[in-house]
Amino acid sequence: MDFFIPAMLTIITAATPLLFAALGEMVTEKSGVLNLGVEGMMVSGAIIGFVAVHSSGSVTIAILAGILAGAFMAAIFALFVLTFHASQVPTGLALTIFGIGLSALIGQSMVGIAYEGIPKISIPVISAIPVVGTLLFQQDFLVYLSIAMVAAIHYFLNKTRAGLILRAVGDSHDAAHAIGYSVVRIRFMAILFGGAMAGLGGAYLSLAYSPMWVEQMTAGRGWIALALVVFACWRTMRVLLGAYLFGGISILQLHAQALGIGIPSQVMSMLPYLATILVLVIISRDLSKIKLNAPASLGRPFHPSR
Amino acid sequence: MLRKSLFSLLLAAGIALAGNASAETKVGFVYVGPIGDHGYSYQHDQGRLAVEKALGVKTTYVESVPEGADAERVIRQLASSGHDIIFTTSFGFMNPTVKVAKQFKNVKFEHATGYKRAENVSTYCARFYEGRAVLGTIAGKMTKSNVVGYIGSFPIPEVIRGIDSFTLALRKVNPKATVKVVWVNSWFDPGKEGDAAKALIDQGVDIITQHTDSPAPLQVAESRGVYAFGQASDMKAFAPKAQLTAIVDDWSAYYIDRVKAVMDGTWKSADAWYGLKQEMVKMAPYGDAVPDDVRKLADEVKQSIIDGSFHPFQGPIKNQKGELVVQAGEVISDQDLLGLNWYVEGVEGSIPK
Repeated sequence: MDFFIPAMLTIITAATPLLFAALGEMVTEKSGVLNLGVEGMMVSGAIIGFVAVHSSGSVTIAILAGILAGAFMAAIFALFVLTFHASQVPTGLALTIFGIGLSALIGQSMVGIAYEGIPKISIPVISAIPVVGTLLFQQDFLVYLSIAMVAAIHYFLNKTRAGLILRAVGDSHDAAHAIGYSVVRIRFMAILFGGAMAGLGGAYLSLAYSPMWVEQMTAGRGWIALALVVFACWRTMRVLLGAYLFGGISILQLHAQALGIGIPSQVMSMLPYLATILVLVIISRDLSKIKLNAPASLGRPFHPSR
Repeated sequence: MLRKSLFSLLLAAGIALAGNASAETKVGFVYVGPIGDHGYSYQHDQGRLAVEKALGVKTTYVESVPEGADAERVIRQLASSGHDIIFTTSFGFMNPTVKVAKQFKNVKFEHATGYKRAENVSTYCARFYEGRAVLGTIAGKMTKSNVVGYIGSFPIPEVIRGIDSFTLALRKVNPKATVKVVWVNSWFDPGKEGDAAKALIDQGVDIITQHTDSPAPLQVAESRGVYAFGQASDMKAFAPKAQLTAIVDDWSAYYIDRVKAVMDGTWKSADAWYGLKQEMVKMAPYGDAVPDDVRKLADEVKQSIIDGSFHPFQGPIKNQKGELVVQAGEVISDQDLLGLNWYVEGVEGSIPK
C-alpha cells in the first residue's frame, strides 16, 4: 500500500473545495437562508480567480478575487431574497444558471491557458516527520485555511455572542426581530460570507486542484456541498467529516479501479454519494438532535410587518 | 374576381420569396461538451468553422447538450428552424437523432460515432483506433515501469476498441507491458480525470493515455514528471514536456464534403468510417522527449496502416484468458469492431457491465 500517502494527499485536495463551499453554505443556512446558488458562486470564483492569477501573477490577488466574485454573486442573491422578498429556492437556482453562463462567457478567452498551480508551503520543522509531516504540514495555503475556517466557524457559532444571534435569526426570525436585531442585515452578512466561501472553493479548483479553466469545471460540486450541509445536520465538525469522506471515497474508488478490483465502475462512481449519505445519516439519527440543529426558519422569507 | 386573383398572385409571390429565402443552406451542430474543452467538441467546432470558411454557409451550434431528453429537444428545435443538415456529434445523441429524423423527413442528419441509420440519417466515425496503435507503439518503447495507464470514459465499444488497439500495439513492441484502466463515467470532468491520472500514477504507471475530453490528465502528468498522450486535439500547451504526441480529430474535410452534397442535392445516407488514410485522424507532432528511433518506428506503423499493409486488429490476437480468438492472417471485421466488448491480453481488470 505504498500509494497511501500520495492517495491521502489527493484526498485532501479533493475535499478542500467541498469543505469551503459547505462551510459557507452552513453559515448561510444557520441564519435561515437557503442558498441554492452555491454552484454558480463556486464557478464564478473559479473563473475570476483564474483570470486574476493570469493577469497579475499574484496568488494572493487571485484568492481575493475569487472570494470577491463569490461574494458579488451572493450580493445579487441577497438583493432579490432580502429586499425584494423573492422566493429563495428559484432565486438560488437562477443564480446557479447565471453564474455558470457568466463564467463561461468570461472564460472564453481563458481556455487553453496553462498554469502550474499555487505553491505548497512546508512548515519548517514539523514537516520533516515521516508520514504525518508530509500529509499535514506540506500543503498549499488554502488547505491550511480550510482547516482554520472549520475551527473558526465552530468557535464563532457556538461560543460567541454574534454566533448566537445568527442562530437566533435562523431559528426564529420573528423573535429575533422582536428583540431588536436587524434580521435583514445579519442574513445579508451571512449570505455574503457563504458566497465568499463558495467563491474561495471555486478558486481552489482553478488555482490548485486542476489549474486551468474549462467551462463548468465545478461539475456539480456546489450541489454536493449543499447536500453535505444537510446530511451533516448543520454541524461544523460533521461537515468536515462529510467533505473528507466524500473526497476520500471519490479518490479511493479510482485507486480501486486501477488495482483491478472487479466492482463495476458505475457502482464505484456511486460509492462516494452512498457512503457519505449513509455515514452521516447514521450519526445523525437522533431526531431530537436534528430538530435542535436545523434552523427552524430555513427558507422562510422574512416579512417584519407580519 | 379581381380580389381573388390579386390574392392568389400575392400568395404565389410570397411562396416564391419564401422558397428563395430557404435556398441558402443552413447547417446545425450539436455538441456534447463545451467548445472550450479544448478537445473533442473543440475539434468538431473547428470542422464547423472550416465549413463556413470553405462554403460560406450559415452555421449554428449548440454546445454542452447532455445526452438524453434534452438532446431531443435541441435537435428538434434545429430541425424545425430551417436547418438542412444537422450534425449530432456524440454517441448518446443516437436515439434522439433517429427519433427526430422520423418526424423531419426532409432534413438530413449526420450522427457521429453511432450505428443507427435511416434514409435521412447518416453515420460517421473516425478510426481512432488506428491512432491508438501508433500511441501504443510509442508507449511500449518508452515505458520503464511496464505499466501504462488508460483513463476511460464509458465502457462502450468505441472506447474498448481504443484500449484493445493500444494494448495490442504496446505489447507488440514490449510483451511485458500491461495496461491499467480507470473509468470516470463521464466524457468531460477535469477534476475527476485529474484524480484518475493521479491514482494511476500513484500505482506505478509511467505513461498515461485517455479517452476523456479535458487536458487535466496531461497537466497531472506534467506536474508528476510522467509522459502522456493528448486526446482529440494537440494538448501540448498544457504539457510541454509530458505530451509525447496526440491523436487529433480532423472533421473538416468530411463536413465540407457532406454539406456540399446537400447543396448539390447528391446527399445520400451512408456510413463513413475514415482514419489515418483519409486524414480524419491525424497525429500531433512528436514531443521533444520522443527519441529518433521511436519516432521512426511510430512513423512506420502509421504508414503501414495508411497503405493497408497493417491493420491494428490483425491476428494473432489473444483475449484476456489467453485464448487465441483471431488467427494469424485474419482481421477483425468492421462489423465485429463496432460491437467490440472484450479486452485483449495485457489489459488488467474487467469491463464494467
